[in-house]
Amino acid sequence: MAEQHIQLPLTDDVIEKLRTGDYVYLTGTLYSARDAAHRRMTEALQKGEPLPVDIRGQVIYYVGPTPAKPGMVIGSAGPTTSLRLDPFTAPLLEAGLKGIIGKGGRRSQVREALQKYRAVYFLAVGGAGALLSKHIRRVEVVAYEDLGTEAMRRMEVEEFPVVVCNDIYGGDLLEQGKAQWRKAEVLAG
Amino acid sequence: MREVHVDQIRDTVRRLCQEATSLLPEDVLDALKRARQQEESPLAQKVLDQILRNAELARQEMLPLCQDTGTAVIFVEIGQDVHIAGGALMDALRDGVGTGYTEGFLRASMVAKPFSARINTKNNTPPVVHTEVVPGDRLRIMLLPKGGGCENMSQLRIMLPSAGKKGITEFVLKTVEESGGNPCPPVIVGVGVGGTAEHAMYLAKRALTRKVGEPNPDPETAEFEQDLLEKVNALGLGPQAMGGRITALAVHIETYPTHITSLPVAVNLQCHSARLKEAVL
Repeated sequence: MAEQHIQLPLTDDVIEKLRTGDYVYLTGTLYSARDAAHRRMTEALQKGEPLPVDIRGQVIYYVGPTPAKPGMVIGSAGPTTSLRLDPFTAPLLEAGLKGIIGKGGRRSQVREALQKYRAVYFLAVGGAGALLSKHIRRVEVVAYEDLGTEAMRRMEVEEFPVVVCNDIYGGDLLEQGKAQWRKAEVLAG
Repeated sequence: MREVHVDQIRDTVRRLCQEATSLLPEDVLDALKRARQQEESPLAQKVLDQILRNAELARQEMLPLCQDTGTAVIFVEIGQDVHIAGGALMDALRDGVGTGYTEGFLRASMVAKPFSARINTKNNTPPVVHTEVVPGDRLRIMLLPKGGGCENMSQLRIMLPSAGKKGITEFVLKTVEESGGNPCPPVIVGVGVGGTAEHAMYLAKRALTRKVGEPNPDPETAEFEQDLLEKVNALGLGPQAMGGRITALAVHIETYPTHITSLPVAVNLQCHSARLKEAVL
């Protein structure tokens, strides 16, 4: 298990060095977006309208935080299930998105698009929202403010811990992990 | 007849909302620590370390363990010698959740008009409430904030009686395997067997209120729980499905007699952030 410390936004040479299973600490800017924000971005792309932020080279984090307590920049902020965003993902990758952070596996259409557009899918630990919030230093709503917890936010993160799930070479951590740790003899018994 | 005022019920629920979402129960923490000792995959060990540190941090700073502070599922055991005074029980539960989630800076995740406009109710109401009348003069309230990631992986199947243990085993394994990382493993697997369709799912949810790993009092069911746990962990999904030995912390089965033609089986998964807090009034 290799560890890497990476500066955002992602560059092509950094992406080329990332491998499925790497434990990576991200520092820099990323953007939060969930279901409703994705629906709006997809509509904008379909109409040929500009997206609220230039996503080329950027990373999107699937998160809908709890409200920030007084004196804090954000509440609990762990990843949500990525599966729900699968239908919206390929067009964003085509538009230049280079990284995604979520939890759980992706459908084959997304895995193929990640390879095609040379982007990386990271896993953050679901259910570690209190811990992850400590790595988010600054938060600013940049679009879709009316969506509340689902608004699009720019986040400055420091040493934000993630694991590479899908690299640009077709690797998939969920498949590899299962293959390595499965005990077929117990399941057969 | 003992009187319990609705104000006391409302205030208790309000407190439970805030405590349940920040304080992971001791039995869950112990199970996670045991999992950390047993886990062999270095990556999975790091994941479990993060989960344990998260629980510590949430407790110290009273932060929500997870941003998904869930649907407020409430089990109420009402002693038959209790008189609820001052208003309606359901209103008290709803108001307790509304105030608890708002004051506690917890996420409002409930939407009305579920198949169309999906309008956020803004204070995480209404709760989902299960009441049971029991002997005695106490009122027991259990709050189980249930995250969407794991709840969405629930499955119900009405099997042929001949399917038996083998059929149930296959169904449980398929449910856990196909849910992958979505329910946030290591999970607790709640299984309800028997009754009717809706009662089987109730039993599966109710199974999640048991202390983690506490066996079913019936030895045959307890043995089946152990067998299923070994098989679930043989799937190799591991924490967050990144690969590893510990996919589940426990399997809890609850049973109920069923119709001669029927074998209803329900699976309700609970994430590792197995939040639960109770109070007795």
